[in-house]
Amino acid sequence: MYHLAVGKFGHLFVIIAFVSALVATFGYVKSGLSASPEEGRGYWKKTARTFFFIHAGAVLGVVFCLYWIILNHYFEYNYAWSNSSRSMPIGYVISSFWQNQEGSFLLWIFWNMLLGLILIVTTRSWEGPVMAVFAMVQAFLMSMILGVIIPGIDLKIGSTPFLLLREAMPHLAVWKMQPDFIPADGNGLNPLLQNYWMVIHPPTLFLGFSATLIPFSFAIAGLWLKRTSDWVRPALPWTLFAALVLGLGILMGGYWAYETLNFGGYWNWDPVENTSFVPWVILIAAIHTMIISSKNATALKASYILSIAAFLLILYSTFMTRSGILGDASVHSFTDLGLSGQLLIYMFTFIIVAIGLLVYRWKSLPSDEEEVSTYSREFWLFIGATVLCLSSFQILATTSIPVYNKIGEVFGMAWNLALPTDQIAHYNKFQLWFYVVVALLTGVGQYFWWKRVGKGKFEALYLPLVVTFVISSAWIYFGQLKELSYILLLTAAIFAVITNGSILVGIVRGNYRLSGGAITHIGAALMLIGILFSSGYSKVISLNNSGLMISRSESFTANDNKENRENVMLWFNKPERMGNYQLTWKDIRIEARGIRDYIPVSWVEMIEKDFRAVALRDITIDEKTYYSKGDTLKIYPDNFYYEIEYRDPAGKLFTLFPRIQVNPSMGGANGVVFSPGIRREPDRDMYTYIQMSMDPTAEPQWSATELHTVAMRDTFFLNDYVAVLDNVVRTDDVDGVPLKEGDAAVKAIIRIMDRGQEYVMNPAFIIRDNTIGRKAETNKALGLRIQFNEIDPKTGLFTFGVNATQRDYIVMKAIEKPLINVLWIGTFVLMIGFVVSAVRRYRDFLKRRDRDEREETRVKVGKRSPVSEPLG
Amino acid sequence: MKKIHILGLVVIAIAVGIIISTAGDASTYVTFGEAETMAAKGNNSSIHVVGRLTKNGEGEITNMIYRPEVDPNHFEFSLVDNAGAEKKVVYPAPKPQDFDKSEQVVVIGKMEDGYFFAEKILLKCPSKYENDKLEIKEYSSKPAA
Repeated sequence: MYHLAVGKFGHLFVIIAFVSALVATFGYVKSGLSASPEEGRGYWKKTARTFFFIHAGAVLGVVFCLYWIILNHYFEYNYAWSNSSRSMPIGYVISSFWQNQEGSFLLWIFWNMLLGLILIVTTRSWEGPVMAVFAMVQAFLMSMILGVIIPGIDLKIGSTPFLLLREAMPHLAVWKMQPDFIPADGNGLNPLLQNYWMVIHPPTLFLGFSATLIPFSFAIAGLWLKRTSDWVRPALPWTLFAALVLGLGILMGGYWAYETLNFGGYWNWDPVENTSFVPWVILIAAIHTMIISSKNATALKASYILSIAAFLLILYSTFMTRSGILGDASVHSFTDLGLSGQLLIYMFTFIIVAIGLLVYRWKSLPSDEEEVSTYSREFWLFIGATVLCLSSFQILATTSIPVYNKIGEVFGMAWNLALPTDQIAHYNKFQLWFYVVVALLTGVGQYFWWKRVGKGKFEALYLPLVVTFVISSAWIYFGQLKELSYILLLTAAIFAVITNGSILVGIVRGNYRLSGGAITHIGAALMLIGILFSSGYSKVISLNNSGLMISRSESFTANDNKENRENVMLWFNKPERMGNYQLTWKDIRIEARGIRDYIPVSWVEMIEKDFRAVALRDITIDEKTYYSKGDTLKIYPDNFYYEIEYRDPAGKLFTLFPRIQVNPSMGGANGVVFSPGIRREPDRDMYTYIQMSMDPTAEPQWSATELHTVAMRDTFFLNDYVAVLDNVVRTDDVDGVPLKEGDAAVKAIIRIMDRGQEYVMNPAFIIRDNTIGRKAETNKALGLRIQFNEIDPKTGLFTFGVNATQRDYIVMKAIEKPLINVLWIGTFVLMIGFVVSAVRRYRDFLKRRDRDEREETRVKVGKRSPVSEPLG
Repeated sequence: MKKIHILGLVVIAIAVGIIISTAGDASTYVTFGEAETMAAKGNNSSIHVVGRLTKNGEGEITNMIYRPEVDPNHFEFSLVDNAGAEKKVVYPAPKPQDFDKSEQVVVIGKMEDGYFFAEKILLKCPSKYENDKLEIKEYSSKPAA
């Protein structure tokens, strides 16, 4: 049965939310333009507020309807069908909400709405213009999911998440035969995204996007109301909040990539990553100029530019990832939903309004009368912000290459520009130097900020410099670091830790609330050290020294040879050396829901195209029996964990489980994903992943049966192995099933010699209820299947049917990543620093706001009647 | 001249440096023919070539060599570029898992003597988002009641 009502309601809410956002925009603009309460400022503000509340309610309604559809598995809706399935655990059902473009717009809208409500309560005199910007952004975002076609000109506005499957895919033949067809199950969430980080990464990132709108709105409000420098105080804590949340969101994405993808890192300089990283760096630069804006007019102007730029860059990022312009350039951009035009209008509206207003008001902004001294804190913070801007400019200049091509196309030119072939090297080449300077500036800047150094007095820096050189020289000597650029980055980062650490110790003695800056800088410096070592000194340890892998192609044994032998090949159950380790691929395991340990795939029979499996034996782990033979259990059918046992030189054993994820129903580039198994040690990670394997779901392809007729103790050849029929013995049970009265069974004992290893196989011959049964035995390590075919009592000969298959193998890579934990610790410290700073600046703002309000009341009480109209 | 102006000039100089350097690093999409001309002129920079895999009548990829038991890091295939020229491509790494499903392939690398040495391969597979390509048989196995 079709559940049409919920979709209709959802769509209705979308339209209400869109219209109310428009009205709220109008109301807030009116209230911002009216200079005094007499001109109706209060009236317009109240109206606008009411409409923003309606908007908020409608947004909640949209979210509710979409969740209703997803949670109830209404697969007649395209969104539920595309992104969810019945098998998904609840956490992933929640995250399927934002898997597609419409949902992720909705997530963004939701956060904007929430932040808007908070601003209505807290901003007081700024509400009009700030909320005008917010409501306008909401109107634009709502238009993206409007899904309305304007009749006559056939113009489609937005793409609604409430589309029915038959509306989304009208060409399918099934609609003709069965117009009310509902798929029994959905497509499911991309298994790649079925990871806890993917449940929290997108909401965090989008909250960061939303928060970036706040400094932008305040900057616009400052220009609008001509309160040219007042806006910084309320905007600063929110800028810190935005930097905190956006940074957290980006890093979560990086951590997810590290754990799930197999490019071996947390950062790939992918265009999608870059376009969210650039606004973050700009936000950081904005924080620095805002801090000094009350002392320095140039910094104030820069604060305007940077606050505006950060949000415009978010829009640019949105445009890049959602318009399909990246196409070939990025693996994980959305496909075009036909919204490019709308996105362009959205982006250009804000570019024109913001830049236009800034230019219009530029003359009225204050200017510095005196030149800033080279020995002042303002100078050094400004330099720091400038370097950050240059760094992001470089990233942006390269990331925008696909955009240049498009612009070229518009003017009829085919530039055919492609991104640099080695993007990582390209970006690192520049960014390394920027961050050497940034690290040095964090230390120097803090010393100027806290007035430890000044004109003619630099003594305070001598000790930290000496300590830095001692530590860094020792590190370079013992760590045998040779690369000059890495040495410089390390030294700069150590300097930053030492100087900021010294400042921190000084502050904590006084007022710990002011320690945010020092903490943040220490975190950033630690991150630099972690990144430097985990990337710059990562080492492939899966070098192949077996001598078996010499390439037949002369051409590439020449120069790249060394780098090309970076994978080892493991045969099933055959120990192989890798560096100092001995590796054995023991088994393939799967994850059963509710069981912590992975279970061998051979314990269950997986039901095709389902998320359940039947237990082939009792599933007992650590003496606890979870399921009995024949039970049905829920599993994660896409994921296969390859049990690789490591024996280190000391003889210690540990096991890693690199993963292969198969999802044939998806096809496409994400059909098979290899995820790493990571061995975490305090000072390094061992990062291993499978590069190539046989399909774990495929049935083996057996060769034609070969018959071997042999006598007891005979030696014979099975597919290149030497085999001996040791004995044929009576047996009382087959496969754990005891025989019944009158039945009889024998099993052969066949010994098979492989290099350095011996296997025994026991095919059985059964007589049950007067019929003959043959129980073949399969050995995966040998790639053999043996069936006990005949017993000839006259001659004493036994006949076996033998099939061979490709022996199972994997190609695996292992990389050592030193000091990666320093990166994660640094991340943590950085976030703590942001929190401390944001809290401090927010308290400043509250104090000032309440003081101003008290004064205002006093003035009012003094001059006018105590009963003034309510301002809301 | 004020310090801010000096700073401005330095910033502009660095920015220009970045742009020039980026232009130098940027790669281009070319055909095998152009790639050969570039290689002949001694231009060793990396390039992108877009092309299609050679397939037989049954849609199986032809001219593909991958023998992991001999060398897991050697993979060869043929690519027909947009101008119709066919060339052997050598990729010194394991065969990408989705290779068999892909149609369009972008190889990044350079022309060697008679073959293209790929440092990177980008695959374009039929995406799950291209809904028109969905096969109905996968989803109508259990018709709704």
